[in-house]
Amino acid sequence: MKVTELRSPDHFHKVVDCQHACPAHTPVPEYIRLIAAGRYTDAYMVNWRSNVFPGILGRTCDRPCEPACRRGRVEEEPVAICRLKRVAADHKDDIRGRLPPPAEQRNGRRIACIGGGPASLTVARDLAPLGYEVVVFDDNAKAGGMIRTQIPRFRLPEEVIDEEVGYVLGLGVATRLNRRVDSLKAVLDEGFDAVFVGTGAPRGRDLDIPGRQEAAANIHIGIEWLSSVSFGHIKRVGRRVVVLGGGNTAMDCCRSARRLGGEEVTVVVRSGFDEMKASPWEKEDAMHEGIPILNFMVPKAFTHEGGKLTGVVFEKVAPQRDAEGRRQLLPTGEADVHIPCDDVLVAIGQENAFPWIERDIGLEFGRNGLPKLDATTHQSTLPRVFFGGDAAFGPKNIIWAVAHGHEAAVSIDLFCRGEDPRLRPPPETSLVSQKMGIHEWSYDNDVSIDLRFKVPMRAPEVALKDIHTEVELGFSLDTALREAERCLNCDVQTVFAPKLCIECDACADICPVDCITFTEDGEEAELRTRLRAPAINKQQDLYIGEGLKTGRVMVKDEDVCLHCGMCAERCPTGAWDMQKFLLETAKPRAHACSRV
Amino acid sequence: MTFLPKPKLHHPLLATNALGLTRRDYEGAISTLCAGCGHDSISAAIVQACFELELPPHRIAKLSGIGCSSKTPTYFLGAAHGFNSVHGRMPSVLTGANLANRDLVYLGVSGDGDSASIGLGQFAHSIRRGVNMTYIVENNGVYGLTKGQFSATSDKGSKAKKGTINTDEPIDLVAMALQLGATFVGRSFSGDKTQLVPLIKAALLHPSAAFIDCISPCVAFNNHEGSTKSFDFVRAHNEAVNRLDVIVGRDRIEAEYEPGTAVDVTQHDGTVLRLRKLHPEHDPTDRVSAMNYLQERKAAGEIVTGLIFLDPDPADLHDHLGTSADPLNAMGDADLCPGAAMLERVNAAYR
Repeated sequence: MKVTELRSPDHFHKVVDCQHACPAHTPVPEYIRLIAAGRYTDAYMVNWRSNVFPGILGRTCDRPCEPACRRGRVEEEPVAICRLKRVAADHKDDIRGRLPPPAEQRNGRRIACIGGGPASLTVARDLAPLGYEVVVFDDNAKAGGMIRTQIPRFRLPEEVIDEEVGYVLGLGVATRLNRRVDSLKAVLDEGFDAVFVGTGAPRGRDLDIPGRQEAAANIHIGIEWLSSVSFGHIKRVGRRVVVLGGGNTAMDCCRSARRLGGEEVTVVVRSGFDEMKASPWEKEDAMHEGIPILNFMVPKAFTHEGGKLTGVVFEKVAPQRDAEGRRQLLPTGEADVHIPCDDVLVAIGQENAFPWIERDIGLEFGRNGLPKLDATTHQSTLPRVFFGGDAAFGPKNIIWAVAHGHEAAVSIDLFCRGEDPRLRPPPETSLVSQKMGIHEWSYDNDVSIDLRFKVPMRAPEVALKDIHTEVELGFSLDTALREAERCLNCDVQTVFAPKLCIECDACADICPVDCITFTEDGEEAELRTRLRAPAINKQQDLYIGEGLKTGRVMVKDEDVCLHCGMCAERCPTGAWDMQKFLLETAKPRAHACSRV
Repeated sequence: MTFLPKPKLHHPLLATNALGLTRRDYEGAISTLCAGCGHDSISAAIVQACFELELPPHRIAKLSGIGCSSKTPTYFLGAAHGFNSVHGRMPSVLTGANLANRDLVYLGVSGDGDSASIGLGQFAHSIRRGVNMTYIVENNGVYGLTKGQFSATSDKGSKAKKGTINTDEPIDLVAMALQLGATFVGRSFSGDKTQLVPLIKAALLHPSAAFIDCISPCVAFNNHEGSTKSFDFVRAHNEAVNRLDVIVGRDRIEAEYEPGTAVDVTQHDGTVLRLRKLHPEHDPTDRVSAMNYLQERKAAGEIVTGLIFLDPDPADLHDHLGTSADPLNAMGDADLCPGAAMLERVNAAYR
């Protein structure tokens, strides 16, 4: 099999599952160690560099890192990475002195960011300190985008948004608020060197079934309703509320309704419970507040009487496979169900819409209504226009928007220098030994069985009374420390030097999870079958070291390695070493170009 | 040296045996031997062998003397009975325990100092008596605990770490065991578990004195250029005479071999020891030819490993003495102390 190449960061990057899964590649183990050490401010800054909104994401992130967490594979549940992030944000000191200062000198380049959400703010954060003049356009009175308009306050307090949006705007970013951009051409005509479009996926999908027009007064589009709630335009909802849809927006809708007078709130979803798009914890939180989730029911009609909504009729369906094995939802033939209600919130998805982008300026759109983009550079067919966030490839989430923002900022920087945005700068990486003594490491390598801690919540009686009361209380520092200690430090890599190995088997014998094998070389598929423990998780790479005296190879299955360092402690020759791998994604260059 | 205990977390697909135990359940406390010590590999091989044989750990007695090797029983079979005896006296303690209770599986672990110097007589007599045991000598050819003096198994002409050349003849424990009538004699290498594990399994199943000399490099004091017990030297001179498969009752016999290349030896308990011959002139069931072969190859500078001799129909000390099948701890007072009249009769028999 091919020998593992250690000169490129690919292998070790993939071993740090959480960081690899994070779209913005936040160095998760690095900040978790800092939290365990009580260095909350440092932990916050590690986050801030990567994901710009640690306090916001620590409450709302979709957490792609957690399903990837190795602790979930060797035990039951992953480390509560997201809520540890919140701990750093909640307990940090004043960080303003550690933010980059506004650029002393402008470089003469002007960048427009349309939409004031997480993608645009990330572009602004990355470019403004380098001397770019960044102007953020938004139609609301405050920047923040969907973070401000669509996430209910009981999940994310306003102060947190103001604080973290404020850090970005404080870097010398100009804003043009309270004005909707209705022409991209007009913005381009202002002579911006580049334009970033981060306008999100602003239009909630409607449900055109009988009764929609007649009962319109009590049928609301979920994200629009959430935003009206957020701005205080809507303060009450009917006693009985039906929420249609199974995504995170539906969960925010039902929980908000519960706080605005909805006593009987029901979520009704077409698909099964497990296939729902909402994150498992968001479903749990809704059910915890006494909201039933009904599955496999398709809305058929709104019932109404005298122009007033009286309920929704549903057809019962069941999943079935057709002749070609495709899964379909087919009617079961059971009687339709009528759920009486006073209000309906439709949260069945979002659509992109760009009515404000002229179709004759050279910016092409695909058949899905989204702009044609280079997947890496985010550059559109009009070279000085870049897209990111939900506006780029359809609805995703905040952390993806941040990741897009970083990539677009790199592209814009390269574009403004006259370089090819497709030639991406490599990430910054380091690999440093953590050895402090014969059996002493600079990280906590004492791995034990530790189950995940639950985040304490405010009692429902209190939480449901006021839509501005935050439900989650966050970990206490003591629990945070213990949860942080569950982290396996996957970034502390097992690095093997075949030249030093005397093949004494000490590492293979001591490895608690049998991940090291010395054996004859072979093709990967075949090699995987004859290791000390079955290597069936093909998502996880094998680490191959060659150059041993017996001609065998060292094969390490990275899948369930605990990073406990036992192999390195038992190695008599130092052929194994525990080395910390740190990867930071490339950011626009520190010394920006200037217009000469 | 490792101070932290080995994490309890294990591979999610770790196999269990018929007793519902995993291999990890056969481990002991974390080793305090030097990192990379060959002895730790032998401990791992013992763990693997006992797991594969599905032995209940509490039915095993592990006994040892003094030395690095004799520390190792702490590091495997944490749930077994253990006895750490006086230097070189493991064989007599084991013999006594075996006489008192033949129901346990006896595993004696010793080293070249413990068995070839201070305990040479004990070694010899336990073998010649045919005590039912597995006797493993973890042979590194050096006194590691006292920082690297030659031991009685160091080869003549081999070099100590500080440069001294050994002028004494070595004791070959395998040759001695053969000569003393051991019914199972093997030699192996800590760096070759594919050979060592089946050998230990076969020895544990063997119903009489089974002796294994296991070369086990001392990474701290005897793994240098000029040593004949180093990883490199042993790998370069290792001549395996056969490969052993231990086929316990219900296991299916799958592989087919060319006629004459494999010998099946069926044990009393139904276990089949399949020996795949690597050297056609070696006959593992003929003691005299095995002794000759051993000397011949030794003269040629090879280290012969594998199952060197096996008596397919051995008897043990209990058979020789006609002792009770019941362990002493299972007998009642009347049997253990049959009274003055019985004593009189016994004494009368000798008059």
